[in-house]
Amino acid sequence: MHIDLRTVNIEPLRQTFDHIAARIGPDKQASRYLEGTMDVQAAANFHYRPTWDPEHEIFDATRTAITMKDWYALKDPRQLYYGSYTASRARMQETAEADFDFVETRGLADSYDDAARRTALDFYIPLRHVAWGANMNGASMCAYGFGTAITQPCLYQGMDQLGVAQYLTRMGLVLGDQGEVQAAKQAWMDAPQWQELRRYVEDTLVLKDWFEMFVAQHVALDAMLFALAYTEVDQALNAKAGPTVSLMTRFQTELFEDSSKWVDASLKIATAENPENKLQLQTWIAHWRARAVKALQPLAQQALGADSEAALTRVAARLDTRLVKAGLLA
Amino acid sequence: MSNVFIAFQRNEETRCIVDAIMADNPNAVINLQPAMVRIDAPNTLVVRRSTVEEQMGRQFDLQELHVNLITLTGHIDETEDEFTLSWKH
Repeated sequence: MHIDLRTVNIEPLRQTFDHIAARIGPDKQASRYLEGTMDVQAAANFHYRPTWDPEHEIFDATRTAITMKDWYALKDPRQLYYGSYTASRARMQETAEADFDFVETRGLADSYDDAARRTALDFYIPLRHVAWGANMNGASMCAYGFGTAITQPCLYQGMDQLGVAQYLTRMGLVLGDQGEVQAAKQAWMDAPQWQELRRYVEDTLVLKDWFEMFVAQHVALDAMLFALAYTEVDQALNAKAGPTVSLMTRFQTELFEDSSKWVDASLKIATAENPENKLQLQTWIAHWRARAVKALQPLAQQALGADSEAALTRVAARLDTRLVKAGLLA
Repeated sequence: MSNVFIAFQRNEETRCIVDAIMADNPNAVINLQPAMVRIDAPNTLVVRRSTVEEQMGRQFDLQELHVNLITLTGHIDETEDEFTLSWKH
């Protein structure tokens, strides 16, 4: 008997959903990111306005002063949708777990220099409350923002900040004990050097304009706080007492690198959209950045001593470079 | 003039690699088959890490393309940044 094998190519009638095809053309296959992001949020045919905010629809683009012709222009260059986000964070978490394991099995925390331990505990552990604020803000931007392209990564970033808070707490428990974590909460509530930052975080919690919140959280505060905490202070501790703290803050370092790509791209797109956006963003950045510098000064001073001025200058210069790329600084 | 070609399994990951190859090789011809995608190009075909990374939105090691690679022809010139097929020696 003779059998002929042949492949039959069946062309699918549609490559993707109609609303995606309308954006990318009918003959192109769409990525999962696009399919899971574009036009996912309802934009029309709302029934009732929310009783808690009758001025706006439940999803309403006018909750911010920033305007966009198409809110889905604010795509995430990392192309994170739920599947790729969880996979990527699972990988990062695995590395972080391995690092904590390493520190614990080799007894690196016990042999850690005591002066450096004090600096690390006093500087890093209260930051868990900052991260919690960032988590709330991420959820808030997601709730009041417009368009899945931007609200989706806002929520992911909020969840990441919850991870940051947990890793900071865990570092507190490895380097110290539960008492240290409680002491950090007291410092956050009462110690004078933390009050400016606490005011900053609390003021961002009640911001009504979600894009201003984006600027205050991601551009002004996180860009400088992460650079200060996980580059400057981290290096100073490395030089003094070895890389134990670097191992335990690896997640934050990687997260900062990752999220900066998204923050920079969003800023760039919103800035390029129209001159009013650019002006508004510049005003917000000027305001929140000055406050962030003021809030970080006493903490840099506490952790770095005489080097704090130079460190803050470097941190600010790095933010400047990013703003130049986004078209917000000449 | 002779062709080089490369064939991948068709999936979410290779979609980005294929898009990158098509962007970097204007003379390449794409041939979509069931479960496989084959790209022919006259003389030479290059896979650039930077373009793939742009398409994927993450860091990419060119070695990763072997996971989904089915077959290829041509002499391979491989660096960290580029994977080039050609008949040059």
